[in-house]
Amino acid sequence: MAAPASAYKDRQFLAVIGDEDSVTGLLLAGIGHVTAPPDSQKNFLVVDSKTETAAIEEAFERFTTERKDIGILLINQHIAERIRHRVDTYTAAFPALLEIPSKDHPYDPEKDSVLRRVRRLFGE
Amino acid sequence: MSGAVNREAVFPTRQSLGVMKAKLKGAQTGHDLLKRKKITRRIDEAKRKMGRVMQIAAFSLAEVTYAVGGDIGYQVQESAKSARFRIRTKQENVSGVFLPTFESFNTEGNNDFGLTGLGKGGQQVQRCRETYARAVETLVELASLQTAFVILDEVIKVVNRRELSEHVIIPRTENTIKYINSELDELDREEFFRLKKVQNKKQRDTAAQDAEMQAKRLAERKQESDKENAEGNPDILGEQEDADVIF
Repeated sequence: MAAPASAYKDRQFLAVIGDEDSVTGLLLAGIGHVTAPPDSQKNFLVVDSKTETAAIEEAFERFTTERKDIGILLINQHIAERIRHRVDTYTAAFPALLEIPSKDHPYDPEKDSVLRRVRRLFGE
Repeated sequence: MSGAVNREAVFPTRQSLGVMKAKLKGAQTGHDLLKRKKITRRIDEAKRKMGRVMQIAAFSLAEVTYAVGGDIGYQVQESAKSARFRIRTKQENVSGVFLPTFESFNTEGNNDFGLTGLGKGGQQVQRCRETYARAVETLVELASLQTAFVILDEVIKVVNRRELSEHVIIPRTENTIKYINSELDELDREEFFRLKKVQNKKQRDTAAQDAEMQAKRLAERKQESDKENAEGNPDILGEQEDADVIF
């Protein structure tokens, strides 16, 4: 069951899709990264009430599929709700997808895709 | 059939034997993995812990906003250039299954936010950074667990519950395999017997046919010779009789 080394070797960054506060905090922790100038890509996306769902989906797609240097994708749970179908169908091991709480939306284990899978697996 | 009580209703064919064998293998692997159920418990705990940690972190960010007297979000986003906090991925061997784990590390000597909070609230900014760094470490830990789970999940999918697999599925599948094997052997024997029968009958038939053929041929030959006798032999016979000379 060993995953090939190429699947995770170069993944050394975290990525965030979150509201302004979450992103600011995580950037302060030092996870922010902008790739080299030609096509400088940020590894974070700030989402507010005006952000289009399509833009979130696009960022999700970019962080999970296109970029090969991201090991963990953090996403605010209330934003994950907006693209729930995408989050639910995401099953790859890399990057790991983690739903995190935000200041205004406390963490709800009932909505978490992974926890739901855990529950279903053990029939609880 | 002793296994008849506890086996699956299948037709004893080679195909279903293959299916059963695959199922048994799957059940045994899944069973071994489910013994590591504690991983899921740890995920659950880590998720709860994450909830608390993130709350504390959000609070410390609120402190910063208050101390600085304005939103630092924009400034922080603009000055983020190179990640100080990075992760390393490696594989850990958990009783035979390779599970990836993330490990966080800080790259030295780069500080994107040297100017943030320079005017005022520097202390709060510093504290906030530390709090968030700890929170991210928790997140990385959680991501490790979760990735391990996702990888295990692919393997586990075959079975639902450990008890089920241990006490029901595995013995049941074994019984089914035994049953199919015995039935297949039985079929083999029957088939062999049948083939032998067929062969015997064929031999008998051929022998009978041969005999019939021979008889027919004999009869034909006899008829022919009879015909010849009727046409040319009387002379010869007569001559022979005539040639009875006495010296």
